[in-house]
Amino acid sequence: MDDALRLEGASRAFGGGHTLVVALHPTDLVVAAGELVAVMGPSGSGKSTLLSLVGGLDRPTAGRVIVGGQDLGKLDARGLAVLRRRTVGYVFQELNLLAGLTARENVTLPLELDGAKVSVARHAADVALAAVEMTHLADRFPDDLSGGEQQRVAIARSMVGGRRIVLADEPTGALDSMNGEMVMRLLRRHCDDGGAALLVTHDAAHAAWADRVVFLRDGRIVDVSAPAPSPEFTRHDPLAPALDAA
Amino acid sequence: MSIRYGLLALLAEEPTHGYQLKTAFERRTGGSWALNIGQVYTTLQRLERDGLVEVDATGSAPVDGERADRTDYRITAAGREQLNAWFASPVVPEGPARDELTIKVLLAVAAGDLDVDGILQRQRTATLAQLQAYTRRKAQADPERDLAWLMLLDALIFKAEAEVRWLDACEARIRRHNRRDREDRNDSND
Repeated sequence: MDDALRLEGASRAFGGGHTLVVALHPTDLVVAAGELVAVMGPSGSGKSTLLSLVGGLDRPTAGRVIVGGQDLGKLDARGLAVLRRRTVGYVFQELNLLAGLTARENVTLPLELDGAKVSVARHAADVALAAVEMTHLADRFPDDLSGGEQQRVAIARSMVGGRRIVLADEPTGALDSMNGEMVMRLLRRHCDDGGAALLVTHDAAHAAWADRVVFLRDGRIVDVSAPAPSPEFTRHDPLAPALDAA
Repeated sequence: MSIRYGLLALLAEEPTHGYQLKTAFERRTGGSWALNIGQVYTTLQRLERDGLVEVDATGSAPVDGERADRTDYRITAAGREQLNAWFASPVVPEGPARDELTIKVLLAVAAGDLDVDGILQRQRTATLAQLQAYTRRKAQADPERDLAWLMLLDALIFKAEAEVRWLDACEARIRRHNRRDREDRNDSND
């Protein structure tokens, strides 16, 4: 089972009759393990609906949503909660760490909620914090961290304990371009290491870190882009001595 | 931009000859701007005519295996002054760029019967694909070593990103315009 996420004809509609609003028309989408997929579209295009369905925060009107091999339609609230603690992590635009807990305690929390032993949870948190290069700030409280640092902690929390699937909703929206790039590098690395991520963003430069960019319009996928063949120019090092031996 | 300041900047580092300037220029610009050697020689002749460079007699003696007919140039004091003035002044565009994409979209909208959404989306997909290719290069670069290479990639990325933002803005504008059109029609039907 290499698919991390799979939508099969999944749709979502609200209301009925002449007030029917289709937020997402029947949609097929697969995100394989190792893949980073970005979803772009204007507000109202269905990208938040899509992310909510994949995250089990909402249920499709028709079709199936399969996450980590499990059909979400067959899980009850308890099953979904387990899935969210063990398989799927979230990163949001808002830097929603708990202010009363240190960075390490924030990252440990999902594992403790899942009943892990304190020592096990703490070790896993340290591994996750090291992956986002935050080991040296693990004992700081969120208020003492910059926006970029807080988002790195949030990413560590979303991946802690071997959760392989990350759902990210505008994770760079509140960050400057360098910190936004850092967040994208971390998501990219997570996927290169065999994880998977579905990223919703309106920022083309950040979407460009993905293997595929899915364009949504009015609740439908209208196109998908993959990297172009390499740029025509070849790599040189512009700062090497310009006038070295010919 | 002409390449004269590029050549002056390289000659300010040390005297050298035309072919060496060509390869150095291409390397400095990350390989994104290939020069024609004839263009380099012509530019050198003009710089010499204007007193900004001069033939470097000390360096012209052929060393092991080098061609004897090469001419080394070095920057003059006047050349250095012009170069410094160029570095110190902002770059001002000469006028609105005659950009094919802009013109294509404007003409498509004016035509009235074309699938403008489709035109915008095909461009958006193509530009994103380019952006993905540049970003792959960036992901592979070494942030400690590749400063100028990364700055060049950033320039390409930001320009492509601006293009996508413009396409998004066009789409939003057209949608708003069409909505208002419909509302006006409904009002006049009441």
